[in-house]
Amino acid sequence: MSAFLTVDNLSASIRGNIRQRVLRSVSFSIDTGEVLGLVGESGAGKSMIGKAILGILPSAVEVVEGEIQLDGHNLMAMKQADRRRLIGATAALIPQDPLTALNPSRRIEPQITNRLVDILGWSKRDARLRALELLDEVHIDNPERVMGSYPHELSGGMRQRVLIASAFAANPKLVVADEPTTALDVTVQKQILRLIRELQTRHETAMVFVTHDLGVVSKVCQRLSVLYGGMVVESSDVPAFFGGPGHAYSRALLAATPKYTDPEASLLPVDEAVIAQVSGEVLAADEGWRHGA
Amino acid sequence: MALEDSLFSVSGLEVALPDMAAKPVFGRAPLIQILKGINLEITRGSVLGIVGGSGSGKSTLGRALLRLLEPTGGTIRFDGQDITHLNEDALRPIRRRMQMIFQDPMSSLNPRRRVGAIIADPLLMHEFDAIDARVDDALDHVGLPRGFKSRYPHELSGGQRQRVGIARAIALKPEFILADEIVSGLDVSSQAQVLNVLDNLVKELGLTLAFISHDLSVIRRLCDRVMVLNRGEIAEFANTDRLFAAPQSAYTRELMDAIPLPDPNQANW
Repeated sequence: MSAFLTVDNLSASIRGNIRQRVLRSVSFSIDTGEVLGLVGESGAGKSMIGKAILGILPSAVEVVEGEIQLDGHNLMAMKQADRRRLIGATAALIPQDPLTALNPSRRIEPQITNRLVDILGWSKRDARLRALELLDEVHIDNPERVMGSYPHELSGGMRQRVLIASAFAANPKLVVADEPTTALDVTVQKQILRLIRELQTRHETAMVFVTHDLGVVSKVCQRLSVLYGGMVVESSDVPAFFGGPGHAYSRALLAATPKYTDPEASLLPVDEAVIAQVSGEVLAADEGWRHGA
Repeated sequence: MALEDSLFSVSGLEVALPDMAAKPVFGRAPLIQILKGINLEITRGSVLGIVGGSGSGKSTLGRALLRLLEPTGGTIRFDGQDITHLNEDALRPIRRRMQMIFQDPMSSLNPRRRVGAIIADPLLMHEFDAIDARVDDALDHVGLPRGFKSRYPHELSGGQRQRVGIARAIALKPEFILADEIVSGLDVSSQAQVLNVLDNLVKELGLTLAFISHDLSVIRRLCDRVMVLNRGEIAEFANTDRLFAAPQSAYTRELMDAIPLPDPNQANW
């Protein structure tokens, strides 16, 4: 069976300056029901990949090479309108910051149902029933009340639940989760991660999980790709990776990750030599790319 | 009774803040009790960790210690002096001696001023001499090149910005520093750097530090004693080693279990 999502040799550059790449020949694939973690520090390009898949790259960035295959369709070969229709019906985003992702001046109900009504052509009544069902599914005790609330009346964890409900509303086959728990405190984070895992498993959703936290990756992902400078440094199965990463940069990232159980082997700064090595690899990749292009 | 080497001595501290969400259209907002009788000694030269979930009152406690908030009950003694209800004028000389480092360096550093001016401003305000030398010295201490004086905050990385925040605080030679979630917004690699800088400074300058965090891993790395707060009350207060070896309160264990360790086989997940 071919993969549900394939990203093949994807490069994106600053618009008008093809040589300044923000994504450097990125390749990976995800099967139905599989979760892939994209890990890296800020500026590594991990969110950019999620945006490229969903066709919501910032206007200053354009894809200059490579292909994205979603459910058997080559996104790059499609007309803009067709592509948007396909992505809208197939994929959804769980954003990082639940406060900025929700419209502060509207109640929750239309923010979940609008997409179902406007894009998928559901009746308002069906959309409302589906929204109530979803809020129940994300373990919100009083869905009726939450539907009538404004975002500021809900806690951070509740808001994130609403966004997860909204992401899963149209039964997406692919969900891009962009640091969905970074803004939450640890106990709420645990509940939300469990919830995402539960929904993802039940609906057999393919998922791209963007995060800087290797601890989180070890809990929700089956595979991961480590990014540096918009380049995939290492791709691995999760159990193998946490048994011992292959690349020096991945090892450094793992050693920098906090582990309260093992204070001696955690929170270690990334060695300059490792940064030099991985930066060198990025430069070498660019050299090769220019000669090939 | 305050101990001999106690810098802060807090007893029965209560803070209540108006609940604006429940405020009627006319009249006062009802008060919510945030801190419910906190007792606390901070010994000179020690590093205190304050942990808790959101809404536990950890930031409120920090702000009350610095008297950015006025307590509604109890007393706070700083270096033997009762500062619980001192007014702004009386507090000013004490303010130099207690400094704060903020969570988000982007919003706590003026984007229109250069790093040198950002660090120099509080020095000028407190009428220090030899400002330039003190700014250089502060930058040296946090491991930033002196040339950074002419840079703007947006030209720095997140970790570097946070080190500017630290430099600004230590330039005043304070006795006490409150660090409120100062590494939560940073990448793991910058986190490690900032924590190293802070750890070294505490030892070099003999600082007393209160470090607020929701992350027990970071606390374990840095702190001598840990206070776990839950809904405005102390759930547990112990030496760091003891707390991690044998957490007494159910809430502490819940917090520990909730931390995702980089291990796919972690229990209770």
